[in-house]
Amino acid sequence: MKITPDMIVFAMLAGMAALSAVGVVAFRNAVRSALCLVFTFFLLGFLYFALNMEMLGITQIVVYTGAIMVLFLFVIMLLNLGASHVLEEKSDPKKVIGIGFGVSLAVLLASQIVPVLIKVNAPTAPEGFGSPQVIGNVLFTDYVFPFEAVSILLLLGIVGSVLLAKRRLS
Amino acid sequence: MATPTAAQRAAGTALDFFTTMILLLIFAIGCEVSTTAWAESGKFTQAFMDWLRSLDPTLQDVLAALGRAILAIIPVFAPVPFIIWYERRLLSWMQDRIGPNRTGNITFSRTSKLIPSFLKGKKFKLFGLAQSIADGIKLFTKEDIMPTKTDKFLFILGPLIALFVALTLGGTIPWAGDRRFTPVADINVGLLYVMAISSLGAYGLVLAGYSSNNKYSLLGALRASAQLISYELAMGVSLAAMVMVTGSLKMTEIVAAQEAPLLGFIGFLPNWNIFTPFGLVSGFIFLICMFAETNRPPFDLPEAENELVAGYHTEYSTKRWGLFMMAEYMAMFTFSMVFSTVFLGGYHMPIRWEAIGMDFMAGIERSYLGGLSVMMLKGVAGLTLYIWVRATYPRFRYDQLMNLGWKFLLPVATANLIVTATWIMISKVYGAAPGWMFAIGLYAVAIAVYLLLRSKKSRQYLDTRAVDMINQPARRAPEVVEPVAEVTA
Amino acid sequence: MNGVPLAGFIGLSMFMFITGVVGVIIRRNPIVIFMCIELMLNAVNLAFLAFARYKFSGLANVNQGAAGQMMVVFVMAVAAAEVAVGLGIIMAIYRLKENIDVDELNLLKG
Repeated sequence: MKITPDMIVFAMLAGMAALSAVGVVAFRNAVRSALCLVFTFFLLGFLYFALNMEMLGITQIVVYTGAIMVLFLFVIMLLNLGASHVLEEKSDPKKVIGIGFGVSLAVLLASQIVPVLIKVNAPTAPEGFGSPQVIGNVLFTDYVFPFEAVSILLLLGIVGSVLLAKRRLS
Repeated sequence: MATPTAAQRAAGTALDFFTTMILLLIFAIGCEVSTTAWAESGKFTQAFMDWLRSLDPTLQDVLAALGRAILAIIPVFAPVPFIIWYERRLLSWMQDRIGPNRTGNITFSRTSKLIPSFLKGKKFKLFGLAQSIADGIKLFTKEDIMPTKTDKFLFILGPLIALFVALTLGGTIPWAGDRRFTPVADINVGLLYVMAISSLGAYGLVLAGYSSNNKYSLLGALRASAQLISYELAMGVSLAAMVMVTGSLKMTEIVAAQEAPLLGFIGFLPNWNIFTPFGLVSGFIFLICMFAETNRPPFDLPEAENELVAGYHTEYSTKRWGLFMMAEYMAMFTFSMVFSTVFLGGYHMPIRWEAIGMDFMAGIERSYLGGLSVMMLKGVAGLTLYIWVRATYPRFRYDQLMNLGWKFLLPVATANLIVTATWIMISKVYGAAPGWMFAIGLYAVAIAVYLLLRSKKSRQYLDTRAVDMINQPARRAPEVVEPVAEVTA
Repeated sequence: MNGVPLAGFIGLSMFMFITGVVGVIIRRNPIVIFMCIELMLNAVNLAFLAFARYKFSGLANVNQGAAGQMMVVFVMAVAAAEVAVGLGIIMAIYRLKENIDVDELNLLKG
């Protein structure tokens, strides 16, 4: 197998993403976990770009790092302002069991998946299939029903969070 | 002090004249060089280009992108001292003060033997321009203070993220018409890229506020995150209308779409989005959101000095504080550029030179330096607006901020989006005239609905709700109370 | 991605998913658990997109092979709604119990 520049770029992106994914779980400080997750999502956006999915890559950055993770940090800081002790965690014996479970799951999956997919190294998709035009076309024709359903779901989300955030129901 | 003789004055005037002429000449040559294919113009450049072409194609792309990135950063980075000086001087003028007007003035001695004779007694004025440079030197040489119990890594990371956002924001903006030099990457999601990068700006402020270990900083960071999320929505929706008009998210195509005749029939004026009714509404909303995104007055709640000391950068000093300030000014400038790209025709002048037969001006417009100069002028105009608003309006209260964002800007932007979509559809199906009639009708309906909502009864309700948010008794008109005893009770 | 095998993307996706699973098991802070769920969702997104790129099946035109991208769009929307409600629930629990440790939340134990 010949090493191409793309492989080096992919290895760097994937390595950093994997490391910061571990950081999400490993850091005991919730803010640092959140920042690791932000970095992971940012790198995932780059990986989507590398897969020629410009639209989804940029949407990943707008939605996840720009909105969802800011909300997470907002809540963490609200709790930090009110009572920083609730963000601390004690150590726990079940951690060892969890890690062992994870490692065995990884070995099981990797032994089944990697040997099959290692041979597939030529993308078959044509140019420009991740462009905003294609996404828009498909979203508003073939997938218009799921699109509307998701919009209702988002409306439910808004109503639900407003209801939860109200201090008193009167 | 000897008054200058007439000959000296004449010499001075001549010198000024010649300096101006030389500058103009350099500018014209620059435009010319960048217009004509400069790769063929010299042996050295030829050899350099040959060497570049002999490289690996991937490496060539990377080198070209690096060069374009440097060319995109310089116009944002270099003017920062001038921007700061400009803000201080203009603000002083608006507030009837003087401001920094003499730092850097040099008067050479008339008697010293060390001064060459032609410099003796000469006075060089810099109009205070050196003040920003002096401030910069001061900031970067002061003692670096970090409060105890801070999260050191995040404390350092905060200003860096702010700077990163300010520098990368201009990545897809076409600074000029020459596609070899700009934009850095003409991706087909260029406008979304701007949204994405500006949404990362929240992290700089949030990290700074969190890691400072200070309640005021944390409150500033909370305000910053809430404000940025709220105003991003209206900004996105207002830009979406413009994207629908253009039919593309590419920045270069958005600029190209604004080269057409205004409204399709006025030949000598370009079809800048701000001149169309939809663009006017969108541009107004985008302008307000732009102020909020850059945390400038009247939206500077995250650093409100009379409530939160200095907000998220209370604990910052020296170079880190300097980085925050630099990032803020650069973001202001770049957002002005985004505004001019989407609404003010980008690097074009407000007249279609080809239509009136002035090909020389059209050539300047297409060249790199000419387009860059037009963009810079538009950026300075945006900065002037920023400073003017800062000098004019008081800061918003927090509930006013949220009401403006969610109850005014977002509905108006959505209504504008709907009207634009309807106009596009009806124009496509039934032709231009019914489209315009329908659009005007829809605008009338929207204004009527708005007036209905702001009628006396609903207004009273809305005001009560707004005051309720900050847990205060509802504001009412003072009732006429006759007996004095009941007032005290 | 010229020459990068599909196994690279799927391996990264698998690793992130398992990290998320382990995080849900071993962490006790509900906010971090939530973040691990987001990590799992993103791992699945990456797998969808990698398969969409490498195993493209659009026969007549580009639009037919966009199912993977559509799934990712919907996952993002659902995740946004989920976060809005979930963080609201966490804040409500905090207001009710003054504590958010998942091991201490045992109101339903009978």
